[in-house]
Amino acid sequence: MVNLIWAFMAIIGIVYAMFNGTMDNVNQALFESANEAVTLSIGLISVLVFWLGLMRIAEKAGLLRSLTTLFKPLVTRLFPEIPKDHPAMGYILSNFTANLFGLGNAATPMGIKAMEEMKKLSGSDHASRSMITFLVINTSSLTLIPTTVIAIRMQYDSSAPTEIVGTTILATCVTTISAIIVDRLFYMRRVRKNKS
Amino acid sequence: MSLITTISTWIIPCIILFVLVVATMKKLPTYEIFVEGGKEGIKMAISLLPFLLGMMVSIAILRGSGAMDAMIAFISPFLKAVGVPSEIVPLAAIRPISGTAALSMTTELIKTYGPDSFIGKLASTMQGSTDTTLYILTVYFGAVGIRRMGDALKVGLIADFIGIIASIVIVTIVFSG
Repeated sequence: MVNLIWAFMAIIGIVYAMFNGTMDNVNQALFESANEAVTLSIGLISVLVFWLGLMRIAEKAGLLRSLTTLFKPLVTRLFPEIPKDHPAMGYILSNFTANLFGLGNAATPMGIKAMEEMKKLSGSDHASRSMITFLVINTSSLTLIPTTVIAIRMQYDSSAPTEIVGTTILATCVTTISAIIVDRLFYMRRVRKNKS
Repeated sequence: MSLITTISTWIIPCIILFVLVVATMKKLPTYEIFVEGGKEGIKMAISLLPFLLGMMVSIAILRGSGAMDAMIAFISPFLKAVGVPSEIVPLAAIRPISGTAALSMTTELIKTYGPDSFIGKLASTMQGSTDTTLYILTVYFGAVGIRRMGDALKVGLIADFIGIIASIVIVTIVFSG
């Protein structure tokens, strides 16, 4: 699926440019975005090194396990495939916590660690059920305080920059809950398909 | 607002403090563990590069050629039919695909219509309440080498669509009175 989407985006773009005389823009976009991707990846090094280092200490100190114990009832329901005391749980929870506080920088390294642990559990290069649930919750965004948006609103002299916090939290809740429900429906469909 | 700002500036240092205090009390070699864990970060960032680059270039070609604008114009009537205001349609369509494009579009809408207008509030809510699905799937699946995404993309996009509708309904109810 992702192969098709990836190829089609480029194919459609190039073919479209042939008929609309925008080939110059395509060339420019090509090299600018490649540059941007390298800058972004290199920029990720600082964040990844720092948070993975700190998280390793937290893990060794048993803090991840305490976090898991705290939220056990919730996460075991969301991720029935993951054994209760597995390190994946700790990383999933740290990722969710970081997201809730708007620490996007910290959330990514912990999320990647969580994926790694889940891959160890499934042992294949196919997305496992828990991985899909985890990512779908992430894509629906868990932010409580949308700091970037508030900053933009302040920049354009909003009379109440934080006014949208309430609606954002409400919309986030709806999206996350629907994401979990849709995820469950698709999982049930997969199970039914495999049976027949 | 000042409370929120205070919390967000204090939280990271406090987490660091807490982790270090607990680990030191347990007599762990904190610095050595930190370095050991940090080494992984370099590997991770480098292995991510081709995934990010590939995806970003492909999206850039689609945007640069003008094909994306054409596609947005094509699906606009459909989104308008389900009640999406026409000003917000491009943002709704691009939000799951490109984070930077969505952010610049939100900024543009806030600038044009004003942060306190209906469109400004709606754009703000929409920007904050969902994340860039394609980017998240690329990064997380890419970093650990998952080749088959299963239903992840489908479920993510359906959730995004529900999120757009939810934002419109909620903003309309909360701010129209």
